[in-house]
Amino acid sequence: MSAATYLRYELLRTFRNRRFVIFSFGFPLALYYLIAAPNRNESDLGGSGISAPLYLMCGLAAFGTMSAMLSSGARIAGERQVGWNRQLRITPLTTRDYFRAKVVTGYAMALTSLLLLYAAGATLGVSMAAGDWVQMTLLICVGLIPFAAGGIFLGHLLTIDSIGPVIGGLTALLSILGGAWFPISSSGAMHDIAQLVPSYWLVQASRIAVGGQPWGAKGWVVMGIWSAAMIVLARRAYRRDTKRA
Amino acid sequence: MDELENGRIELRGLTKSFGSPQGPVHAVRAIDVSIGRGETVALLGPNGAGKSTTIDMLLGLTVPDGGTVSLFGMEPTAAVDAGAIGAMLQTGALIRDLSVRELVTVMASLYPNPLGVDEVLDLTGIDGFAERRTQKLSGGETQRARFAIALVSNPELLVLDEPTVAMDVEGRHAFWSAMREFAAGGKTVVFATHYLEEADAYADRVVLMAHGRVVADGPPNEIKAMVGSKTIRATIPGADLDELAKLPGVTAADSRGEAVVLACSDSDEAIRALLERFPEARDIEISAAGLEEAFLRLTGDEEAA
Repeated sequence: MSAATYLRYELLRTFRNRRFVIFSFGFPLALYYLIAAPNRNESDLGGSGISAPLYLMCGLAAFGTMSAMLSSGARIAGERQVGWNRQLRITPLTTRDYFRAKVVTGYAMALTSLLLLYAAGATLGVSMAAGDWVQMTLLICVGLIPFAAGGIFLGHLLTIDSIGPVIGGLTALLSILGGAWFPISSSGAMHDIAQLVPSYWLVQASRIAVGGQPWGAKGWVVMGIWSAAMIVLARRAYRRDTKRA
Repeated sequence: MDELENGRIELRGLTKSFGSPQGPVHAVRAIDVSIGRGETVALLGPNGAGKSTTIDMLLGLTVPDGGTVSLFGMEPTAAVDAGAIGAMLQTGALIRDLSVRELVTVMASLYPNPLGVDEVLDLTGIDGFAERRTQKLSGGETQRARFAIALVSNPELLVLDEPTVAMDVEGRHAFWSAMREFAAGGKTVVFATHYLEEADAYADRVVLMAHGRVVADGPPNEIKAMVGSKTIRATIPGADLDELAKLPGVTAADSRGEAVVLACSDSDEAIRALLERFPEARDIEISAAGLEEAFLRLTGDEEAA
């Protein structure tokens, strides 16, 4: 019995799906060049001392990794539509190994997306200290935990027809609320609300690149709660999901 | 492991209802079935008889409202976790972006004691399209690949839910001979079908289901005699109904205008006797009563809803 084989083929299968790969990686990259390239010489965005390509790279890092993670939900919904979840359920594959394969595949997608964005940033003149790249990447990985579980949850809850709009809308909403596109003011009601959504902390993680601070206690607590809640929901959705499609 | 060696498959008082806009649907109504190790059993019945629901409960995919399932002394989920069950479900396609060989390899990797991938591809006749991606298979090829997935697990119990539905005649033949080869190794096989011929030809025993109940359970020839009766219809001027009813193989005779209708327990014997006694008989038709018709006769039309 080897869950490693299952994981290996799950990865292979994901990266073989050309349309899925092109859209998942291409979309954030295209968006980035579309917005950042015309402003590549803006070295002092709004008097902040931050260059436009760097600032936008951080915002898109959050957006791109978040959508790559959540898109695993769409793949799960597709598998459920053909009844594959029922076929898997009558194998000895454990819930843990199933989740591991989905999570690792999600991270592989998100990290590939992130590295491509870093490379794109570099082509527009972005440069950072090595320590900042590493710290930012690691914290983004932690910040993606609720999205990894959330993708699995949605995939086992929704049908293939409804999951596209839900994930698209959710990603857009979370990006705006989290400040991926426009900075959230540092006080006031909007700021208080933003601090309760996981995307805010994901954006904060990517802001390390622009001199932001790693999460404080509040960030860890909020993300801990979101992660725990999403993991519980994902497990429950998976366990209940044995009906015929 | 002792339990696995000695145990049987026991369904006791198994019951399941579903809600529907028209009120509850009693899919399975307190059935009892006991299957010994190494038996090949057909669940025969028309659509809506409760076969798939029974199989879902057998596999632990549906929780029964009442009753118990024991597979070789284990709960269904425990038997699944032990790798003792392989199944080909009724609905379902394959996940895309893997070749058939890769998919069978992945599935084999999940089981403690799988068959060899090449051996299974060979047994199921997949050699020709083993390297093709699953999304490019025809309906019949997909069914064969699904069968390969069920077989490669080398299960103690192989469950097949209407396995030949999308197959052509040749595919069916190859499918059943592979199934028999597998069963010959002492494995237990349960398959659902609504074809009397399949149940008759490939099962050691037939469990006949209708309206969520087991209406008969016995060797195929017994079941065939119950549901497989035929009717002879012919025009025989001046024939006497009493005399016709006494012909060998005939159970009842009735007149429909010019024609007579003979219900037969053995239509071969009946037609020989008929032609010998009434050489002038013409417009002869022999037809099989459909399963639906046979079930209605067996169950009465109570609770036909």
